[in-house]
Amino acid sequence: MSYFRAENLSLHFGGLKAVDSVSFAVEKGEILSIIGPNGAGKSSIFNLISRIYPPTSGKIFFEDQDITEQPAYEIAGLGIARTFQNIELFENATMLSNLLVGRHRHSSTQLWQELLFLPSVRAGEKVHRRRVEQVIEFLDLEAYRDKLISGLPYGVRKVIELARALCSEPKLILLDEPSSGLNVEETEDMSFWIRDMKSELGITVLMVEHDMTLVNRVSDRVIALNYGRVLAMGSPSEVQRHPDVVAAYLGA
Amino acid sequence: MRFLFKTDYEDDIKLFPHSGYYVSYGILLAFLLIAPFVLSSYLVSQLVFVCIYATVGVGLMILTGFTGQASLGHAAFLAIGAYTAAYLQQYNVPFPVYFLAGGLLTGVVGALVGFPALRLTGIYLVIATISFAFIVEEVLARWESVTHGNEGMRVKTLSLFGQAVPQNGPTFYYLCLAVLVLTIVGTLNLLRSPTGRAFVAIRDSETAARSMGVNVSLYKVKSFAISAGITGLAGVLFAHKLSFISPEMFTLQLSIEFIIVILIGGTFSLHGAVLGAIFLVMIDPFLTYLKDDMPGIIAGLAATFGADSITANKIHANAAAIASANGLKGAIYGVIIVLFVLFEPLGLYGRWLKIKLFFQLFPLYKRATFKRQKIYVKSERNR
Repeated sequence: MSYFRAENLSLHFGGLKAVDSVSFAVEKGEILSIIGPNGAGKSSIFNLISRIYPPTSGKIFFEDQDITEQPAYEIAGLGIARTFQNIELFENATMLSNLLVGRHRHSSTQLWQELLFLPSVRAGEKVHRRRVEQVIEFLDLEAYRDKLISGLPYGVRKVIELARALCSEPKLILLDEPSSGLNVEETEDMSFWIRDMKSELGITVLMVEHDMTLVNRVSDRVIALNYGRVLAMGSPSEVQRHPDVVAAYLGA
Repeated sequence: MRFLFKTDYEDDIKLFPHSGYYVSYGILLAFLLIAPFVLSSYLVSQLVFVCIYATVGVGLMILTGFTGQASLGHAAFLAIGAYTAAYLQQYNVPFPVYFLAGGLLTGVVGALVGFPALRLTGIYLVIATISFAFIVEEVLARWESVTHGNEGMRVKTLSLFGQAVPQNGPTFYYLCLAVLVLTIVGTLNLLRSPTGRAFVAIRDSETAARSMGVNVSLYKVKSFAISAGITGLAGVLFAHKLSFISPEMFTLQLSIEFIIVILIGGTFSLHGAVLGAIFLVMIDPFLTYLKDDMPGIIAGLAATFGADSITANKIHANAAAIASANGLKGAIYGVIIVLFVLFEPLGLYGRWLKIKLFFQLFPLYKRATFKRQKIYVKSERNR
């Protein structure tokens, strides 16, 4: 049984088949990249997994549990965190409070306890903060703790979004184009972090990416999509040499 | 300028970041405590209104400022609190019980309003809350067996532990002040714990909040309930302060006044609720001044600049007519809101922060520090 599995997943908008019976599996501890031309359905698959859209048909399994019908907010509770293609941070809050929201699934205090700020809440806050500091150290974000997100440059926001996802201590992380908008150096940093996430934190990574250098450097396996269908699956070099993939990108 | 050297996680949790806060808030509290002995009874009475409006402001701030859900229905929540007090008082229920009952009942009603509000955002939510306020107003006017309809209800003098607490005395003022301070402390506690952060997350990006495991619907309902509950508590005090309540006191205009409280004060901080309440309470004396003195002053000025007595009298009559025109208050509210949204969207507290920074940086302040930048609207795809 695979760690994470999508079975015949479909998403139709009227006649448009954004995702057309896609099946794939992710093994525990691997980095799986999804590539494909624009509009191939990559981000749609992510939005199906994190339940922003309900699938037209098909099923999603995580740790042998059917999560197709789970409400969106419980997906994070199961240990699946994600980042967004066009950064979705909490703009008018500091980086610290953004990261602390990432800890939400681990908070267990009741409303009345919080109104009185009982010692249990205070102790919980310190535990959250310690975890957040570990992530800050992991991603070199020390300089931005009390900065408002709205004043930070794009590259930093991208890393903060990754940090927020890591703060929830996920088992599986979905990265939607982690390198978009980053320069060469930042992309290189990102590739190190993604590999460290796998090797040091033991997180399984599923990512959508256009930058083939990054894909080649970090991926264990690659899935190529076009028009909502799987074209090829395998190691990065296998997929890149696959005739259908070459045709999809070059139009040959 | 003070540089904070943080050595403990506690430094980011505590309410007062450094010792200077104890001094300034201590002085403020000391002044508020001796106020009934040094200020005239009129000013103390105004302070009571400031406390009540600020309490409502804090409640509305939780909903609108921190959760991002606009409401023009808070007059209705105030009414529910006030009528609960007036109704239970008839059966000799003691004050602490009907005070809490007012808050609790209003909180439950707030949660019920929150449910249909889950599917609405922005202007549609505003319309829904206005409709709710109209429904409550109608119910209060028609449900005569409980509310005495348009005749209104008398509210007896508050009695606390067998002691009468007249609404103009210092004890009532202390009671309102205590409610305000406790509300603010409770809200600050909420804002530094997971629930408060979930509220802010919902305000800034519902999609991201959901994907971080925040049950958006539940927290929106919670926010409505807390906001309404606080407003209900203020409503009980409001009923006692006025000692008479009737449906026409809880109109749309009152809801707009509450919006003014938080908008003028600044929607990003609880300071704003208090500053806004002070501002709002000061509008009424200002309008009285306008009505009584302005026509004379304008006519006097005209006479000084060479107008003959007939023209001066004409000017006096016109100015008096404008100053006592119906709906002048509403017009002034409108102008104030428009001016603040255009020129000081961060409100009075935002202005105060800018002034403070100017002195902190004194010779080095750059004029462009607070220049507003173009904010690119985020994609609404994933809402």
